[in-house]
Amino acid sequence: MSAAEVEAVGKPAVGPPLWLLCELTYRCPLHCVFCYNPVDMRATGPELSTDDWLRVLREARALGAVQLGLSGGEPLARDDLEEIVAEAHVLGYYVNLITSGIGLNEQRIRALKEAGLDHIQLSFQDSTREVNDFLSSTRTFELKAKVAALIKRYDYPMVLNVVLHRLNIDHVEQILDMAERLGAEYVELANTQYYGWAWKNREALLPTREQLRRAEEATQRFRDKVGSRMRIFFVIPDYFERRPKACMNGLGSIFLTVAPDGTALPCQSARILPGLEFPNVKTTGIREIWYDSDAFNRFRGEGWMKEPCRSCPERSRDFGGCRCQAYLLTGDPTNADPVCELSPHHGLVTAAVDRAERAAHAGVEHPLVFRDHRA
Amino acid sequence: MSAPADTARPRVARGYRLQWEEAQQAHVLLYPEGMVKLNGSAGAIMSRCDGARTIADIVADLEATYGVIGLEGDVKAFVALALERNWLELDPAEAHP
Repeated sequence: MSAAEVEAVGKPAVGPPLWLLCELTYRCPLHCVFCYNPVDMRATGPELSTDDWLRVLREARALGAVQLGLSGGEPLARDDLEEIVAEAHVLGYYVNLITSGIGLNEQRIRALKEAGLDHIQLSFQDSTREVNDFLSSTRTFELKAKVAALIKRYDYPMVLNVVLHRLNIDHVEQILDMAERLGAEYVELANTQYYGWAWKNREALLPTREQLRRAEEATQRFRDKVGSRMRIFFVIPDYFERRPKACMNGLGSIFLTVAPDGTALPCQSARILPGLEFPNVKTTGIREIWYDSDAFNRFRGEGWMKEPCRSCPERSRDFGGCRCQAYLLTGDPTNADPVCELSPHHGLVTAAVDRAERAAHAGVEHPLVFRDHRA
Repeated sequence: MSAPADTARPRVARGYRLQWEEAQQAHVLLYPEGMVKLNGSAGAIMSRCDGARTIADIVADLEATYGVIGLEGDVKAFVALALERNWLELDPAEAHP
């Protein structure tokens, strides 16, 4: 038996990185309190050059990557975005731009369309100018409404994303009204995930159970009203779940993120995980990063699992949940995600939810830390 | 969900793209932040849905290509499912005759 065959028998095959997320920059005109970007951006290196990004696109495509997310930060802050999109399109990617809309004018949207951009996801912070602008610490609401009109005019499907939390979750009905007025075809009501800046602000952002129940009811009423004209995804905050999310479909399974400085990550927030050395695309090829690096192999498959995950019949469905969440809450990334009620640390999650309830009833307002590049 | 007419000319819906992926050895349907990997028959049907060919044309082409008969039911069932999921679309005039 040849070495190759032994290898094939001994290890489950590793599939290709089907999804590539290029975080082109951490620069962003907004200062959102729920951003998952790293809190200490000074600790990251300078941004990749255009040529570096084009090489990343080619190498990942050769391995089989086909869905491409261009995000940040605000990707429009890069003036080579059009060039990156054009190369991605030629290579055969389906190109998604994930944007706040700030910096998107008619000239740029026309150039992006011509370059082959497939899709634009536009984020709003709330339905009203006051709250939108407060949460992003900018005056951007009306600008975003203009961008939404541009997206329609250039014949893109209108996909709105609104991140929900304690301060805006009671506005779900108004947010959906706004989405309808803007002609949205898809709306993602994504409850905050607690990483980065959102983790820092968790005590202020976690909604109460009652808020969540009312928001889900409002969403359902709206779905009944609009039918298939507008598709609404309501992503419930995982702190309220009894089982963890199948985060990234398991680390190293299909997702590859490249951070602005070229650091390759198995998920956007993996940089916080201790004891891992993340390879950089400037010095290591994508193939080697994906198949051979410790950072991508450490949490691949099930070998890293401890109890209760190791013997759990659900481990092949949720992969033990989120490694970053396990680390943030318990200090050990090989623990079960404490969102799971089978985790011995589940009490940490329910305690956070209980604190949110008490704070809401007592009218306690936690100070918010707005995302800041100088932090 | 009703079966599409023989004369319907389905096409891949706006915002979706169908392409052959060498790495997956399959046709995949790409859409905003998502993808569906199609099995062999679904790929063979959908890659013929170009808005020009009718369902009858597609059935005839597939039967000739694969040397089999009686594919009409399978083709119509898949097209109906794909229309329901918004993967395929018909001209508005055709959809509501």
